[in-house]
Amino acid sequence: MVMTEEGIAADRAAVPAPAPGGRARRPRRWTAEAGWAYLLIAPTGLGLAVFYLWPVLQTGYFSFTEWGPFGGHEWVGLDNYRALAADTEVRQALVNTLLFALLGLLGIPLAIVFAALLNRPKLRGVSVYRALFFIPVVTMPVAVAMVWRWLYNGDFGLVNQFLSVFGVEGPHWIADPATALYALVAVCIWAGLGYNIVVFLAGLQAIPREFYEAAEIDGAGPVAQFRRVTLPLLSPSIFFVSVLSVIGSLQLFDLVYVMAGSGQAARSNPAMPRIQTVVGLFYDKAFYTNDRGYAAAIVMALLVLIVVFTAIQFRLQKRWVHYG
Amino acid sequence: MWKAVRTGAAVMAAAVLAVTVAGCGADEPTAGADEKATLSYAVWDKNQVPVMEELAAAFTEDHPNITVEVQLTPWADYWTKLRAAVTGGAAPDVFWMNGPNVQLYADNGVIMPLADKVAEAKLDLGVYPKALVDLYTFEGKIYGLPKDFDTVGVWYNKELFDAAGVKHPAAGWTWDDFKAAAAKLSNPAKGQYAVGANIAGQEYFYNTIYQAGGNVISADGKKSGYDDPATIEGLRFWTDLIKNKQSPDLKTMTDTHPIQLFESGKLAMYWGGSWNVTEFGNNEYTKTRVDAAPLPTGVKQATIIHGLANVVSAKTKYPAQAWEFVKFLGSKPAAEILGKKGPIPAYTGTQDAWLAANAKFNGKVFLDAVSYAVPYPVSRNTAAWNDEEFKQLTKAYTGEVPVEQAAKELATQMNALLAKE
Repeated sequence: MVMTEEGIAADRAAVPAPAPGGRARRPRRWTAEAGWAYLLIAPTGLGLAVFYLWPVLQTGYFSFTEWGPFGGHEWVGLDNYRALAADTEVRQALVNTLLFALLGLLGIPLAIVFAALLNRPKLRGVSVYRALFFIPVVTMPVAVAMVWRWLYNGDFGLVNQFLSVFGVEGPHWIADPATALYALVAVCIWAGLGYNIVVFLAGLQAIPREFYEAAEIDGAGPVAQFRRVTLPLLSPSIFFVSVLSVIGSLQLFDLVYVMAGSGQAARSNPAMPRIQTVVGLFYDKAFYTNDRGYAAAIVMALLVLIVVFTAIQFRLQKRWVHYG
Repeated sequence: MWKAVRTGAAVMAAAVLAVTVAGCGADEPTAGADEKATLSYAVWDKNQVPVMEELAAAFTEDHPNITVEVQLTPWADYWTKLRAAVTGGAAPDVFWMNGPNVQLYADNGVIMPLADKVAEAKLDLGVYPKALVDLYTFEGKIYGLPKDFDTVGVWYNKELFDAAGVKHPAAGWTWDDFKAAAAKLSNPAKGQYAVGANIAGQEYFYNTIYQAGGNVISADGKKSGYDDPATIEGLRFWTDLIKNKQSPDLKTMTDTHPIQLFESGKLAMYWGGSWNVTEFGNNEYTKTRVDAAPLPTGVKQATIIHGLANVVSAKTKYPAQAWEFVKFLGSKPAAEILGKKGPIPAYTGTQDAWLAANAKFNGKVFLDAVSYAVPYPVSRNTAAWNDEEFKQLTKAYTGEVPVEQAAKELATQMNALLAKE
């Protein structure tokens, strides 16, 4: 997203920008400096290794064991994975999670539109709007979920009160299998909107005004400008946000956990099979039914899934992402 | 670090005691039980912390060398934290145990069997309700001394009963009486229902299953009872109420818990426990409008009884002192302290204090229920089939599948899980 003067000069000839190539030019030298660099990132690297990598490896190992509720495990080979492949509950959770990820992407065009509106040069009170959009991002997910739970309440919720003004009888949003998933997706998009807007705003502000001026001289209207200038130059931000959005959706847990109902109410929520996520299932197996080896297998499968999806996204980016 | 803190505290306490205790007489019965020690005592109910601390202080008065630290972990994290603590070798010396977990902990050798110590101290377990002693007995050995108990009854809204011209429920009423009353007390168009048929075992379907003559799990804990026709009748009791719109549907109860509906006058009855006295006694709406009645009788009379027990960690550094403390907590003087401010004490004959403290309601209902109470059904990994109960019964309660089919599927799944235990 950072534009150098040379970059702009090079791009000016042809919009959209040419294929990336700037990064490879930098020579590898100064080994002493590299040593310092390694030394300086060592604390973070060590923390990452101890608190992230090591647990991942351990979890990988535990996924091949049957793990007792109080530690102590027994090697069972591929048993957990065999059970996983045959488990319809896992399959359903997977479908739900993928739907969350897919529908969650709808938040991106929405964020672009809002960012573009907020980026208009003559808009007054921009910082107020930005703050308003950003508030959900810095609010605790549990608090967000609690408030939406009230809003969505079928009998006493504000959403249905509002609909009743128009004579529409709204459903029990998060307890009805037909609506629960969409109701939750809407909250996810709403909660992530502010963050995405900020990323897109930064992306938009990095696009030099000259491009628009040049486009205008060439006779491009606002729509053509948006399609030919804004979108291509925003594509690195779009890519970044979509990768994060997909990973975030695949790991979705807290919102569903809180919104599906508190404690036992969630377990008797008729919509539960339709909104149970992979991480939710993992939590259930690990901490509720004491089946931790199996839970480890579930998250390992999720890890593979996230890697695959991210790899696919990186693959596809070559076709549509333009680095300035 | 926590351990270091604990050791530090123990050392300090020991130092202080060494100075002050010099002249005390040694009147302790068990050898070693009077050595200096600081016991950790884990509990999950914030409301009971003051009375637990009072008990700890009373114990220290008799055993000046032993101090007890009451450690509160809220219910939501209690079992997760306890499992982690046990795995990491830092379990509390004495802690609260409940029915669904006791066998898991006993089977894995986490808690100490108390049978020998009970015999040695010549304790009479007959002072506790038999159902509770059974609940904490695993493979013939007792693992915990009962602390308190709770039974289930029907909380009813007197105002709504009077408005509908229905006689208040009383001892001796039957399923037929209940159903007749339910029909008169419901008005779905106004969002008014007789009762909330929640999927909750302890307060709801476990009771009716035993009232119908069925069972949740066989006496040896090896076989599911859900394919028993009588058990299915116990479940149908609830699915019929939903079908007849005498109970809100699951969607409504997911959004708004039945207790909230009851407290806003939308439900005429709420099946709840003796523990609800606090909630209903403090709530402005229910304070004056509700009272308790026994559960209706089906084929037979039954209510689920459950209660907590105090258990000793198998790895405690102070087994003698920890037992001494648990023995005290199970004693009559301790029960008398507990009854005034806490739940119903388990020690028979000490419940008057509890009745007096909750005189607003007909609390005797819950005490009388002990005579026909059934222990809370458990096995070694209760949580695993509890999860299955929710999954299968949700389908029956929404009407997605007939109740027989859901119950049979549940029996199959539960038997598979029991076989794995």
